[in-house]
This record gives sequence, structure tokens and C-alpha cells, in this order.
Amino acid sequence: MEVNIEARRILAVSISKLYASRTQRGGLRLHRSLLLSLVMRSARDIYHSSRESEVPSGAQSAPEEPMDTSSNPGEQTRLPEAQTEPQPVLNSTETAPEEPDNTEDGCDSEIIEDKENLSPAKQSRKRRGKASAAPDFLPSKRARLEPGEERYEVPLGSCRAGESLTTLHTPPFRSKGLRRRMVQPSASLACCH
Amino acid sequence: MLCAGPGGGSNDVQWCFSQVKGAIDDDVAEADIISTVEFNQSGELLATGDKGGRVVIFQQEQESKNKLQCRGEYNVYSTFQSHEPEFDYLKSLEIEEKINKIRWLPQKNAAHFLLSTNDKTIKLWKISERDKRPEGYNLKEEDGQYRDPNTVTTLRVPVFRPMDLMVEASPRRVFANAHTYHINSISVNSDCETYLSADDLRVNLWHLEITDRSFNIVDIKPANMEDLTEVITAAEFHPNQCNTFVYSSSKGTIRLCDMRAAALCDSHAKLFEEPEDPNNRSFFSEIISSISDVKFSHSGRYMMTRDYLSVKIWDLNMESRPVETYQVHEYLRSKLCSLYENDCIFDKFECCWNGNDSVVMTGSYNNFFRMFDRGYQQDMTLEASRENSKPRSVLKPRKVSTGGKRKKDEISVDSLDFNKKILHTAWHPLDNIIAVATTNNLYIFQDKLI
Repeated sequence: MEVNIEARRILAVSISKLYASRTQRGGLRLHRSLLLSLVMRSARDIYHSSRESEVPSGAQSAPEEPMDTSSNPGEQTRLPEAQTEPQPVLNSTETAPEEPDNTEDGCDSEIIEDKENLSPAKQSRKRRGKASAAPDFLPSKRARLEPGEERYEVPLGSCRAGESLTTLHTPPFRSKGLRRRMVQPSASLACCH
Repeated sequence: MLCAGPGGGSNDVQWCFSQVKGAIDDDVAEADIISTVEFNQSGELLATGDKGGRVVIFQQEQESKNKLQCRGEYNVYSTFQSHEPEFDYLKSLEIEEKINKIRWLPQKNAAHFLLSTNDKTIKLWKISERDKRPEGYNLKEEDGQYRDPNTVTTLRVPVFRPMDLMVEASPRRVFANAHTYHINSISVNSDCETYLSADDLRVNLWHLEITDRSFNIVDIKPANMEDLTEVITAAEFHPNQCNTFVYSSSKGTIRLCDMRAAALCDSHAKLFEEPEDPNNRSFFSEIISSISDVKFSHSGRYMMTRDYLSVKIWDLNMESRPVETYQVHEYLRSKLCSLYENDCIFDKFECCWNGNDSVVMTGSYNNFFRMFDRGYQQDMTLEASRENSKPRSVLKPRKVSTGGKRKKDEISVDSLDFNKKILHTAWHPLDNIIAVATTNNLYIFQDKLI
């Protein structure tokens, strides 16, 4: 439980640092942003695994693995060393363009609990009532597209793809109902060639 | 040549205060924050760069007749504004004028040359002395006013007469627009014709005479930026082999590249990496393994890397692990969360070798700096502070108490001042003189001559 609280606190601190770094003189620092995103990812992973261990579950199924590796949806089959591949901060705040629109509603903790009890096809992406008390400064995860890109639906019937997508990138907690649009830090990075 | 040894034990080198430069004021102006320190190859000149984009060069005076202090003092030789703040209109970003690195070119004539860089632009500066001026012009008065040609009745040849020494710094080359990301390193090649500059994702090779183009020799930018896993944190040319350079990464690896192998050195010749100790795993393992500095030994046989908690010496012939590891401030390992919150965990400490590669030095917090004697396997902690700034006073070694019981004269971890950090240090290439930069002051220490 303590680990859980610690993980959440670190996540909160990381996100506030992320916001602050965008107003720094000299622009967004890539190195710093990368390190922040690594910490956020570790904290998020630990938060997930501590939540899992709290919820008694008979079905410790394979679906848990995609969450642990935390790699890009399109790269589930990538090299084994991608296991510890850190995501840059842009990922945690901007879902990859390939992700479908409706993953933004997915909240990791709720989805995990659902996964343990439901088959993937019945997996609900709606946020359940039992939400953790989430700090409200965390942004909603609305996928942001680069100009010229299109959204496409991921077939829900494919359970593996569905699970991996829902476990990805979304912050573990959000306030109920308050949807905040965050300016994507990747804007400046995307301009760098 | 030099005595080795930081002090203590059988090799008693004692360090004494020599000088301190900079304002005494506790209220530090941000522009005065020192951002880089570098001796030239002879050690006669000591350059500092600051956040305000200025370069200050100190020159060592000729040895004085005073036997107590055979070494000359360092006095201001030249000060100039190297970089100004700029604005990138395309990206709506301000480009800081802070000097990230200064590197001296080997001296070839009476003038001195150095490279200074901010986040985006590298400049080559020529520092030259003028101690004579022409006098006796026919058409000009001594004050520069033009004479009426009708009043000129005789002609004379102008002659050079001595004048007060004037040191001029002039920008000879500007190497711009080659880096999309922030420049973290520059390094002059041993061929004295080329140099490299490195940013977060790329390393470029320049010719000192050519400013309108550079060669990209390393590019680790992924096709999709979301796949980014590591960045380049430092790069340096080998001191003797002009084809070899290394670059370090945020993942704690060092890659050695050979420019003879390919035009683009994306694939390394050697990869230096130490497996992580699973017992030390934490939220912040990745941050503290990021390498903040890499320096070749003068011999070229070894290289040293600095990460957040330690200094590692690598033998270029062995990639699997460092040959020596020195803990700089291991007592901070249990404080990483607080250091993350107050941003200290992102501090980039540099490190340096002494002239004969027997001792290495790096900075820490509370204005402490550490020396590690490789031969005698001794280490020492010293403090740069105004309290210990009586001329030629011997510095007392400091100790941080890590256990429960704090001995007299020890400092507890909780009373360390994390705002007082020593990030930049430099060691005279030929003598036991060190330059240590606190936030806005430059301390010069030397070993006690018996």
C-alpha cells in the first residue's frame, strides 16, 4: 500500500515537473523529458502491480504481461529487450496516433480489475464508480493526431491487441467528469527534424 | 613532474587555498552562475563561461620571487561576451546564451584560440595581445583626427611604440545551424584541424576553417520519436588517435567509434556497459545511471565516466565493466526521492583527471568536492568555502556522517546544503593546481609546496 501511495506521489510530482519544463527558457529539454518519462513509467508500473496484488485474483492471465512491458501497441512482438524500453514523455501525455479514440476513457486500474473477471470481449472501457481519489491536475488522455493522420478502429475481437492498448499510456487516475485538454509537449519536439 | 595523491596516508599532499574569484554577495545573479571551467594545454590560461554568455580568462602570472609561493597567481586576462540570447522564431523558443562548454585549441602562435558553445552555436575566438601601436602618421593626429593635407610639409615613417597591454578577443568563426537539439559537448581532435559537437541525438564533425557545413557522424534519432529510449549526454575525441571518439548515453553506456570504419558511426566499435545491480533497483535507477560526463585520460588508455552517484574508470580494452568505481556520495542513494523532488537528481556533475592520470576529481553538494587517488586507493573530501579562504591555509578534509552517530567535525546528510553544488572542476595539466567552481565563485587551490 505504501508503495502504491509513493508511486502516485511520484507520478504527481513528475507531471508537475513536466508542465513546468515547458515554460523553461531554452525550450523543452529532451534529456530531462526522457528521464521524467522513465520515472513516470516506473511509478505507473509499480502502481499497477501493487494494485494487482491488492485485488485477489484467481486468473493471473497472460493479459497482464502487456501492461508490464509497457511497449508500444504496434510493437508487442518486438525484441525482448523492449521489455524495459522507456517511453518518452510524449507517450504518456499523447497517445500514439494509431490508438483508437475510445482508449482515452480507459483507466488502467479499472480495466485491470475488469480484465480479471471478464472476458476481453466484454471488457468495458467505461470508467467504473470505484475510482481512486485522483488528483485533478492529471489530464485526460485524448489522442492527438498529427496533421494528415487518421484514426482507425482496432478490432475489439482481437483480445491481445485490445488489452495491450488499454493498458498503455493512460494515466492510472483521473478525476471524475473533469476533462482537461492538455497542450501536447510533443508539439515542439515534433517540429524538430 | 607532479606528486600524485589527494592527501592522507603515506602520500601526504595537502591542498591549500590560493584564490577565489567572483562576488562575495550571497545573492547570486543568475547570469553570474559559472557553467564551465577549462585550463588550456599549458595551464597558463584558465577560462570560465557563465550563464550570461560571458567568458572570463585568467592568466597565471610569472613565477614570483617569493619562495613561499612559487606559483604565480591567476588574474583576469580577458573578458568578453561570447554568446547573446537569441530567439528561434520558427519554434517560438528562446535560445539561452549560457556557455555550455569551452575547449582550448593547442597553441600554434602568439595568439590563443578557444571554442565556446551555447545550446545551438559554436564560436571560435581568437585572443591576442597588443602591446605596441603605430605612432607618427602623416595624415592623422595622435588623437585620430585627420589633419588638413595642406598643413603637411614633411613626411615621416610611422613607428611602433610600446603601449599598455591590451588583450583583444575577436570571433573568428561562427558554426551555426547544425544542431536541432541542445549541444552538450565539443571536443577538439588531436589533428588540430577538426572538432566534434554533440547534441542529444547527433554528433557532428567540423573543420575549424569551414563554417557552412559539417558532417554528421552519429545519429541516434529514431524514425519515430516515440521510440526514443536514450540520448547522447557527452562526447569526446581520443587524445591521441584522431579517428577515435566516444559518446555516452543517458542509459549509462559508452560507445567508442572509429571514423575509419564508416562515414556514419551509428554502429559502435566498442560498447562499454556495466550490468545493473538488481539490489539497487528503484524508481530512479535509470536517472542515476545517466552519464553526465566522459573524459579520456591523458594517456588515452582509460576513460572516466560520471553518473549521479559514482565515478567509473574504464580500460578501453575491456567493455564488460569498469576497472575502478568510486562512490562520490553513496549516502544520497536513500534520498533519491527528495532529490528528485528538488530537481537535484538532474544535476550534471563533471569530472577531471590530474596531469599524470593518477588522481581523479569531481564535485558534490554542500560545496564539497572529492578526489580519488587511483594508485594509493585513497579518497578525500574538501570544501570550497569563504570560511577556508585565508591565503595558503591548508584545507581540512571533510566527512559526511552516514551512520547514526555523528562524530565531531562530521556533517550529517540532512544538514548538507543542496543548493551549493560543485558541478565544474578542472585540474592544471602539468601541476597540482585545481580550479573549482561553486555557483558563482571560482576557487583556485594548490598543493602545499614544502
